[in-house]
Amino acid sequence: MTLANDTPTALSAAAIAQAGSRRLQRLAMGVFCIFALGLPFVASGYHLFQFAQVLIYAIALLGLNILTGYNGQISLGHGAFYAIGGYAMAILATKFDVPYWATIPVSGLICFVAGFLFGLPALRLGGLYLALATFALAVATPQLLNYRGFDAWTGGSQGLQLGKPHAPFALPLTSDQWLYFLCLVCAALMFWAAANLVRGRIGRAIIAIRDHPIAAETMGINISFYKAMCFGVSALYAGVAGALGSIVVGFISPDSFGLFLSLSFLVGIVVGGLASIWGVLFGALFIEFVPNYADQLSDLFGESAKALPGAIYGILLIGLMYLMPTGVAGVIRTAPGLLSRLFSRPKRV
Amino acid sequence: MISRRTLLQAGAVSAAALASGLRPARAANAVGVTEAEIKIGQTMPYSGPASAYGVIGKADVAYFKMINEAGGINGRKLNLISLDDGYSPPKTVEQTRRLVEQEQVAFIFNSLGTPSNAAIRPYLTENKVPQLFVATGAAMWNDPKNFPWTIGWQPNYQTEASIFGKHIVATKPGAKIGVLYQNDAFGKDYLTGLKAGLGADHAGLIIKEASYEVSEPTVDSQIVSLQDSGADVLLIAATPKFAAQAIRKTFDIGWTPVRYMTDVSLSIASVMKPAGLEKSKGVITANYGKDPTDARWKDDEGYKGWAAFVAKYLTPADLIDSNAIYGYGVAATMVQVLKQCENDLSRENIMRQAANIKDLELPMLLPGVKINTSPDNFAPIRQEQLESFNGESWSAFGDLLQG
Repeated sequence: MTLANDTPTALSAAAIAQAGSRRLQRLAMGVFCIFALGLPFVASGYHLFQFAQVLIYAIALLGLNILTGYNGQISLGHGAFYAIGGYAMAILATKFDVPYWATIPVSGLICFVAGFLFGLPALRLGGLYLALATFALAVATPQLLNYRGFDAWTGGSQGLQLGKPHAPFALPLTSDQWLYFLCLVCAALMFWAAANLVRGRIGRAIIAIRDHPIAAETMGINISFYKAMCFGVSALYAGVAGALGSIVVGFISPDSFGLFLSLSFLVGIVVGGLASIWGVLFGALFIEFVPNYADQLSDLFGESAKALPGAIYGILLIGLMYLMPTGVAGVIRTAPGLLSRLFSRPKRV
Repeated sequence: MISRRTLLQAGAVSAAALASGLRPARAANAVGVTEAEIKIGQTMPYSGPASAYGVIGKADVAYFKMINEAGGINGRKLNLISLDDGYSPPKTVEQTRRLVEQEQVAFIFNSLGTPSNAAIRPYLTENKVPQLFVATGAAMWNDPKNFPWTIGWQPNYQTEASIFGKHIVATKPGAKIGVLYQNDAFGKDYLTGLKAGLGADHAGLIIKEASYEVSEPTVDSQIVSLQDSGADVLLIAATPKFAAQAIRKTFDIGWTPVRYMTDVSLSIASVMKPAGLEKSKGVITANYGKDPTDARWKDDEGYKGWAAFVAKYLTPADLIDSNAIYGYGVAATMVQVLKQCENDLSRENIMRQAANIKDLELPMLLPGVKINTSPDNFAPIRQEQLESFNGESWSAFGDLLQG
């Protein structure tokens, strides 16, 4: 009887906690939306440029998280797809006079095809071997972009200059505000699509492949198709981000896509939290702002410490991983539970 | 007790305060400048693949520190904010916007990298912020018509290659030229400059071009194929490691063309010694600065000043670092421009003075090399001295040449 008495209260407590966390979530969403929409009217052009970059990185991280977090395929080469997207945008805009906004979906599609094709042979490679294959892609891309035969298209090591777009329809916005909104709209669409993707049938299939490929196959999931598709979708996200990146920066060259970019994408999804949609926002904030803080912190050690930003970045990263092994999203996920347990304890006594 | 004198003094002080209070009307367009300091911005690759160049930023900061300790310029201290961009152009754009919009610097000085400077040039041009003495050897910075706010500093690769071209035409009009070049912007600029120097009539003198990739282990096969072409002049447009290989290989296979070599690789310590001092005899280069590893400058006043500066403000390893010497020279040029500005430190006047340098000589430039700029010449150093290697050091010959 005690059992029967206990269970409903426990259940209702859990339900209340769940409802509470849902309310909290909704509140956080509301605050976030107000922040994101209000920012352009209070922040300076420079800060808007930074936050546009954050949104762009968030889109790229989202793609990588679908592949690595949800599907379990490690990629060290997403900088390459980001570069392809960026160059596709720049070449379409400068050589074919395609309007800049129209290049975004085209760049995404080009990257989807590239990612799908790369994903096919990569199917034979698992775990670390796949990581190495994608790493090779990241190493090769800047050099290929530099290749003399492509100079006429890519501008070689001098890169390509792009004009800065202004707000259309005579909207009373500066071009920084307009570009921020463009990134915000793209990011919102991409987040909405990703959230639907991972919550639906396809999402369950790709998570099943990550957790137990044999069981997934037994249940009738076509593993090679889903894995290659996953690669393609993930590259599409990186491509859209790359295109937005070229538009916002207004310049593109092989040096924009060094190896470090690919590595920071991986850092971003781990910091944000693997297999988390919203976590990538925190990952994007990390890769945008922490290198700047590392540079400023190294100034504190005097002028001779100018070589330290890399070291400080490393220390911050290690510290963060130690404190939040499941990333920021992991902490947020467990925090309400921890809090409610903390507050409900006195009642139980 | 208040005497008449104190009253007068107080009056004078308040009058001065009033006057200085009125001054902002004039200083309003002098962004980043106060009575006490001039704020200057810069991006440098302190981290990332090009971090070896970070020493230039350190030398710039150190030089300004020395100037500040001696009282600054017209009483104003120089405050150089040097930020890390990791040699990534998007980061350069971001950091430069921070310098211009948040820090409100007066101008950008000596930011490093060809792609990085190309990425920020439209932004700085649009906002009329001077982009002074960019740290890159590309030829694109001397373009005052389209980019009146951007100015280079060192002789660019094309200038130097065209000096070689002119020298070949003058001394060996029937030469058969073979070119070894690095397959990137540096090598390609060199090839362009050589053709310009030879002129349309003599472009046919180039009978063979052989390129190499930075990732290749040696250039031996390129040297052999250049020899097979029958060339009797060899132009080496290669970075130090490959230049040393090329010099050694030509000697080892018994090929004796006239060898011209880019000044990128003129270091005795890192090129001529590894190639073999005996094997390097007769190599010709064009130079504008003093090589700190060259014994002939040991008692030179300019070199002594450099050594004293390194001892006080930098680390001992920087003494023979050509990048640090570069920073020393470019910072001195900047100080000269700011001195010329006197009390009008508006961006317009800073740019005007940067384009108005007359016969400036610097301690670590070769004797006779003078820095000159004008509204239609944004390539400050154009002169170079031909030098040939005598087995021990470089010895100058002929007059200073202009590219």
